Amino acid sequence: MAATDFDVPVGLSGDDIPLSVAVNRSPADRRFRLAARASGASTLVVMGLVAVFLAKGAWPALRIAGARFFTRTEWNPDAANGSFGIAAIVWWTVMIALIALLLAVPLAVASALFINEYAPRRLRRALTALVDLLAAIPSLIYGLWGRAFAGDALAGVARWLSRNAGFVPMFDVRGDAYDSSTFVAGVIVALMVLPIATSVMREVFAQTPVAEKEGALALGATRWGMVRAVVLPFGRGGIIGGSMLALGRALGETIAIALIISPKYVVDARVLERGSNSVGALIALKFGEAGSTGLSALLALGLALFAITLVVNFAASFVVARSRSGAGVEA
Amino acid sequence: MTFRTLDRADTVPGSRSAPAPPRASASLEAQSVSAWFGSHKVLERVSLTMSAGGVTALIGPSGCGKSTFIRILNRMHELVPGAMLAGRVLLDGDDVYGDQVQATDTRRRIGMVFQKPNPFPTMTIRDNVLAGLKLTGQATSGRDALVEQSLQRAGLWNEVRNRLDSPGGALSGGQQQRLCIARALAVGPEVLLMDEPCSALDPTSTRRIEETIGEIARDVTVVIVTHNMQQAQRVSDQCAFFLAAEDEPGRIVEAGATAQIFDAPTDPRTADYVHGRFG
Amino acid sequence: MSVPATVDPAHRVPERPVRPRMVGRDDGLVLVGSAASGMSLVWVVYERLLPLSGPVGFWLLSYVAFLAIYRSVVRSTHGALAARDRVMAVVVTSGALGLAAPLTLIILFVFSKGIGALVKPAFFTQTLAKVGPLSPEDQGGAQHAIVGTLEQLGLTVAVSAPLGVATAVFLNEVGGRLARPVRTIVDAMSGVPSIVAGLFVYSLLIRTLGWSFSGFAASLALAMLMLPSVTRTTEEVLRLVPGGLRESALALGAPEWRATLQVVLPTVRAGVVTAVILGMARAVGETAPLIMTSFNSSVMNWNPFSGPQSSLPIYVYRLVGNSDPGQVRRAWAGALALIVLVLGLFTMARWVGGAPQRRERRRQRRQAPAPAPASAAAAPASTSAAAAPAPTVDLTRTDHPGGPQ
Ligand SMILES: Nc1ncnc2c1ncn2[C@@H]1O[C@H](COP(=O)(O)OP(=O)(O)O)[C@@H](O)[C@H]1O
Ligand SMILES: [Mg+2]
Repeated sequence: MAATDFDVPVGLSGDDIPLSVAVNRSPADRRFRLAARASGASTLVVMGLVAVFLAKGAWPALRIAGARFFTRTEWNPDAANGSFGIAAIVWWTVMIALIALLLAVPLAVASALFINEYAPRRLRRALTALVDLLAAIPSLIYGLWGRAFAGDALAGVARWLSRNAGFVPMFDVRGDAYDSSTFVAGVIVALMVLPIATSVMREVFAQTPVAEKEGALALGATRWGMVRAVVLPFGRGGIIGGSMLALGRALGETIAIALIISPKYVVDARVLERGSNSVGALIALKFGEAGSTGLSALLALGLALFAITLVVNFAASFVVARSRSGAGVEA
Repeated sequence: MTFRTLDRADTVPGSRSAPAPPRASASLEAQSVSAWFGSHKVLERVSLTMSAGGVTALIGPSGCGKSTFIRILNRMHELVPGAMLAGRVLLDGDDVYGDQVQATDTRRRIGMVFQKPNPFPTMTIRDNVLAGLKLTGQATSGRDALVEQSLQRAGLWNEVRNRLDSPGGALSGGQQQRLCIARALAVGPEVLLMDEPCSALDPTSTRRIEETIGEIARDVTVVIVTHNMQQAQRVSDQCAFFLAAEDEPGRIVEAGATAQIFDAPTDPRTADYVHGRFG
Repeated sequence: MSVPATVDPAHRVPERPVRPRMVGRDDGLVLVGSAASGMSLVWVVYERLLPLSGPVGFWLLSYVAFLAIYRSVVRSTHGALAARDRVMAVVVTSGALGLAAPLTLIILFVFSKGIGALVKPAFFTQTLAKVGPLSPEDQGGAQHAIVGTLEQLGLTVAVSAPLGVATAVFLNEVGGRLARPVRTIVDAMSGVPSIVAGLFVYSLLIRTLGWSFSGFAASLALAMLMLPSVTRTTEEVLRLVPGGLRESALALGAPEWRATLQVVLPTVRAGVVTAVILGMARAVGETAPLIMTSFNSSVMNWNPFSGPQSSLPIYVYRLVGNSDPGQVRRAWAGALALIVLVLGLFTMARWVGGAPQRRERRRQRRQAPAPAPASAAAAPASTSAAAAPAPTVDLTRTDHPGGPQ
C-alpha cells in the first residue's frame, strides 16, 4: 500500500516494502478480459437457471404431492385427484444403472487393459480410435437395436436364468414375459456406456509410469502380475472415474430405455420380468400426453434427475481428485 | 542344472516360509550378442563372460549400447516393441533364450536395478521388499526376517527399521535406490544387473551403494553400467569398454581385469576414454 | 575371465535376428484344444447327463470349463504363475471381445436394416408430407429431417463454439477468483443428462417466455450439452501452449487481447476445431431434448426459429414405433444416415486433429532421411529418452469425469 512512498530510502529501511507493480491495462485489454470473464460467468448463470426454472416448473406438482412425492410409487398426476411419486421410477432407474455398471465396469477394465497391455502394438491406435468412435454412437441406435434385435436374445437369457436360478428373488418371474425388462434395459445401457468407461480407463492406464512396470517385470512378474501390482493400483482413479461417468450416463439415459421398456410402477426385485421404469424414459414417454399437472410433475422428475446426477458428478470429482492417477490427469 | 530346476519348481504359493538362503551366484556369459531396434542395429556380436561372484563394470560413452546389452542379459530387451537380438546368453551354462525357458524365470534369477529409482510408490517399504516374492507367487506373510536381511544387505535397514509401513515413495532418492536393491535381492537372484544405479544420486548415497555392491558381491554376480571411472575402479574386478563408431553398432573394444583396463589398456581408444579424453 | 575382444572370424556365421516370444508355438494348440475339450465336456455333462439345456447355459459353462482346462494344462507345463497369467490374458481378451462384438453387431444390424431405404433417392428429396400407409416404398423420405438436422447443428455450433472457446480462454488465460467455480460448474454441466437440458429449455423459453417449439430451441439445448466438452478440450490444448509464446508476443508490445487472439489461439486451432467437430458428432444423435424443444414435424420447415421442425433423431424415434412397415424401414434408413453422419464427423475430427502431427512427420522426414525407429511412443523410458515424442493430447477421447482442480 505504501508502494508509492519513495521517501523511504530503499535498502535502509528496517523492513523491505514490496513494490506492487500496478498493471495498467489498455481499454481494449480490459474489454477483452471482461468478455472472457462474462463467458465464464455465463456457464454459472445457465446452471443456476436450470435449477431455478426446473424448480419453478415443478413447483405446482410438488405442492400437490407434498412429501409423498418421494414415497408414492404410482404416477397419475393428471387424474381427478391424482397421486404420483417417484419412488418406483427412481428405484428402477437405479436398478437399470446398477445392472449396467455390473456388466460394463469389468468389461471396460478388461477392454482398457487389452488395448494398452495385451493387443499387438500396431492395433493399439486403431482400437483406441474405435472405442472413441463407439462412444459417439447415439444412444438412440442402441435403443433401436435393443428393441428390434437384442431384446429377444436377452429375453432368452432371462428365461434361462429364471428357470435355473428362479429361487433368487431377483431372478423370479411371474408369468412368461421376459421382454421390455429392467435386465434388457440394463444390458443395453451397459453396452452404451461401455465405450465411454473404457475410453476414460484406457487413458488413465496408459499413464502408468513405465519405470514401475519395468520394475515389476524385472522382478520376474508375469504380465498379469505386473498389471495387478502396478497398472490397476495406479489406474484406480481411472476405474472409479470411468465407472462414475458411466453411472451418471446410465442414470440419465432416456431414449435407449424409452425404446425398450414398458413402464411399471411397483417396487420389487424382479429385474427379469417385463416392465421397468426410468426417470428420463418416463419423461420422454409421457411428455406428449401430459396435462398441466402432468407437465409440472415431469419437470419435478427432471429436477430430481438433475439433483441425482449433480451428486454423482461431485462424488466422482472428489474420489478421482484424491487418487494418484486422478491427480495426474487433472493436474 | 537339475537341482536348480527342482528348486524352482517349488515356488508354489505358501510352500516356503523360512527366509530363503541367498542362492549361490552364477556365471553369465554372452556369446556373439547382437541387437536391433527395428532395422537399426545397435550391438554387434558382443561376447563377454561375467564370472560368478565377480563385479563386472560396463563402461563407454552414451548410446553405445550398454543399457541394451544389460537388458538383453535378463530378457528385458524384448519388452521394447520392434526389439530383436541374435546370439546366446548362458546363465550357468544354460541359454536364457532357450526354447523351454520362461522370461519370468530368467528375470527372477537375474535381478535388475534401474538408473532412476523405481520403487512402487504406494506400497509400504515392507511390501516393496516383498513385492518380488508376491509377484512370483511366493508367500509373503511371516517374512520379517527376509525383509530385515534384504534391507541389511542393501544398507538401508538402520534408516527404515522404524517405518517399514510408510510408503516407499516417501524416501529420499538414494534411499529409494537402496530400497530397489533390497527389493531385487529379496527374491534371491544369482546375478544383479545395475544400469547406472548412482547417476541420479548425490555423492553420499553413491558411496553407500558402492559399499552395498562390495558386500553383496560375495553371493551375487554383479554387472554394473557406470559413467564414473573412479566408481568402476573402486567396485569392479573386471571391466568391458563399449564403443560405437558413428552410424555403427556398439561393440566391446576391450575387456579384461579392471586394473589392466585402467593401467595398461591395449587399445588406444580405451586409454583415451578411461583417462577422460573423450566420451 | 579374459574375454576375446573380437570374435574369431571362423565363427562368423550370418546372424539371424529373432524376437523372443512370450508365447510358444504350441500355446495356440493348447488354447484351441482346451476350448474344444471344454465344449465337449459341457455338452456331455450338461446336455446329456443333467436335465438342463439351452444355449445360454451351454456357452457359459463351456467358457468356464475351457478356462479350467486351459489353466490346468498350462499349470502342468509352465507352473501356477504362468497359468494364472495365461488365464487372465484369455479373460482380458474375452472382455475386449465383449465390447467389440455387440458393437460390431449393432452397426451391421443397422446397416442391413437401413441400407435398402437409404439408397432410394426419395430419402433425400421427399418429406413425409404425403406419405400414408399405402404409399409405395420409393415415396416419402427424410429431406425435412436432414434439413432440420443441418440447421440445428449449425446453430448449435454457432452458439457453443464461441462461448466454449471464450470460457476456455477465461479459464486458462485470464483466470481469477471466478475460475475455480466456473471449472467446477463446467464439469458438472458435462454430467447433465440431455433430457434435463431439454426440459430446462422448455421450461424457460417455451413455457415461461412463450416461444413456440422450434429448431433453435433444440439447438440451445444441444449447445448446453456441447459447451462443456468444447471448453474442456480447448482448455487442455491451451495448457499445452508454451508460456514463452505468450510472453514473447507481450514482449513485442502486443496488447493481451492481440496476443491471445492472434498468437495463442491460432496455435491451437486444430485442437479446437477437432473438439467442435467431435462435439457435433455427439450432439447430432441426441434425441431426448428434441422431444420438448423442436418437437417433430412430417413436413418441411425451413425456418429453424419458428414452429416444430424435424431432424434425423426425432424422425427415427417417431417412425420406428409405427405400425406401418414402410415407415419403420424409413426409420432404419434414418438411423443408418445418423451413423454415417457420426462416422463422417468422427473421421473428419481425427483428420483435422492429426493434421499438425502429419505436418510434423513430413517435416521430420524431409530433415532426416534415415527412417525413424519404429514408434517409440510408449517404449520403456530407460532406453527411449531420446526418442520420446512431444506430449500431445488425443482430442478424440471421451470426456474425463469431472475433477476439481
Ligand atoms: N527403445 C529404443 N528404440 C529405438 N532405439 C533405441 C531404443 N533404446 C535405445 N535405442 C538406441 O540404441 C542405441 C544404444 O542405446 P543404449 O543401449 O541406451 O546406450 P547406452 O546405455 O550405452 O547409453 C542408441 O543409439 C539408442 O538411440
Ligand atoms: Mg544407458
